[in-house]
Amino acid sequence: MDNAIEVRDLVVVRGRREVLHGITTSVPAGKVTGLLGPSGSGKTTLMRAIVGVQKVRSGRVDVLGSPAGSPALRARVGYLTQAPSVYADLTVRENARYFASLYPGITSADADQAIRDVGLGQAADQLVSTLSGGQHSRASLACALVGKPDLLVLDEPTVGQDPVLRDELWQRFHALAAAGTTLVVSSHVMDEAGRCDRLVLVREGRIIADDTPTAVRADAGTDDLEDAFLRLIRREEATV
Amino acid sequence: MSVKILLRTTGRVLSQLRHDRRTVAMVILLPLVLLTLIYYLFDKQPGIFDKVGIILIGVFPFILMFLITSIAMLRERTTGTLERLLTTPLHKLDLLFGYGIAFGVLAAVQASVGAGLAYWAFGLHTAGNAALVIVIAVADAVLGMALGLFFSAFASSEFQAVQFMPLVAFPQVFLCGLFAPRDQMADWLHALSTIFPLTYAVQGLQEVGAHATPTALMWRDLGIVAGAAVLALALSAATLRRRTD
Repeated sequence: MDNAIEVRDLVVVRGRREVLHGITTSVPAGKVTGLLGPSGSGKTTLMRAIVGVQKVRSGRVDVLGSPAGSPALRARVGYLTQAPSVYADLTVRENARYFASLYPGITSADADQAIRDVGLGQAADQLVSTLSGGQHSRASLACALVGKPDLLVLDEPTVGQDPVLRDELWQRFHALAAAGTTLVVSSHVMDEAGRCDRLVLVREGRIIADDTPTAVRADAGTDDLEDAFLRLIRREEATV
Repeated sequence: MSVKILLRTTGRVLSQLRHDRRTVAMVILLPLVLLTLIYYLFDKQPGIFDKVGIILIGVFPFILMFLITSIAMLRERTTGTLERLLTTPLHKLDLLFGYGIAFGVLAAVQASVGAGLAYWAFGLHTAGNAALVIVIAVADAVLGMALGLFFSAFASSEFQAVQFMPLVAFPQVFLCGLFAPRDQMADWLHALSTIFPLTYAVQGLQEVGAHATPTALMWRDLGIVAGAAVLALALSAATLRRRTD
């Protein structure tokens, strides 16, 4: 299977507002796909649809060969929400071990490994409520990694992290992809776009670029991705 | 459902309580303070505490469990942990029964300590066995918990959640026979009291108070309370939606 995710004509309405206007894209397996775009562009909604927690108006999303949100996918998909979703009144280790226990074949040792992988080894026995903001999000990331899913959907995993840690996290994402995991990572920081194998640029609920970073640069005629995106947005607006 | 996930969820809720000693202390001690207050309130009226005390041992866990469960579940919703849990292999009932067992354990401790104080320190006299009082009190606490889980779905903030307590718990407490015998109420209130599950918990406790051996009515009342708790848990499961807007 070449594509881990197939999205076809996806329309999502939240409240009275149409948030995604018929999106079609595919995500290659075993690669890091970056979902980029300004805040409010629909990145989170698209990720929620992929994980299967978003009500959709029309269109379809297939994940690892099954419709998104199928019970069979629950042990195979890991989701990191944008706001950290871990128990503040438990320690990092208690959180990771609890989420580990929900997946078949995952042990406490795997939980401890996930904590080290996000650089929280020293803080493992600290209550989450006493962590800094960056540590708090990494505790949440550890709980998404712990189930060793085939697909990881990470909503802004590197926000608020210091540059060294950010670099380490990106190395980890690529190591996971090299081992066969498919990753979808959202970001609104363009300097992270260059680290992805593939880019999907979303703006106002539409996809305006969907290619490798190299191809996006070539298409826009500039080496700077931030500039490339600006040019693509202007070109799109000129055609409307 | 999975026994492993259920037990680990129960363990997780108990760990959260272990880290929150003040809440546990309040849950255990608050009913003692209130029972003491009630005991001295009827200081010059012998025999009244036997009637009122036994009811309160069942009513306090109901109210307290309703309150802490609705807040606990609201937190699961607002911090996003619920949404995350529902993307994992966890079954909704693993979560609900996990809360049920963990808070049930807490309620058992609470009811036992409360009953202990009433019997030994205040000389509470019941014709029936004290263990039955505790069993009914725990069933009552589980009912409060199940209603708390259900009603928390309709609250989007803690301000709203705490106000469901007077809305859901107070009418049941007023009409359960604690303040006035049910047959002396206006007919429509009497009718209303027959559909409130707390009424049956109180009636069951009164049966234990009045009869040396468990009566058929007491077992029926206990069954109704347990049935209402299961019904409320099933309704709560329906409020946990995997897909939302």
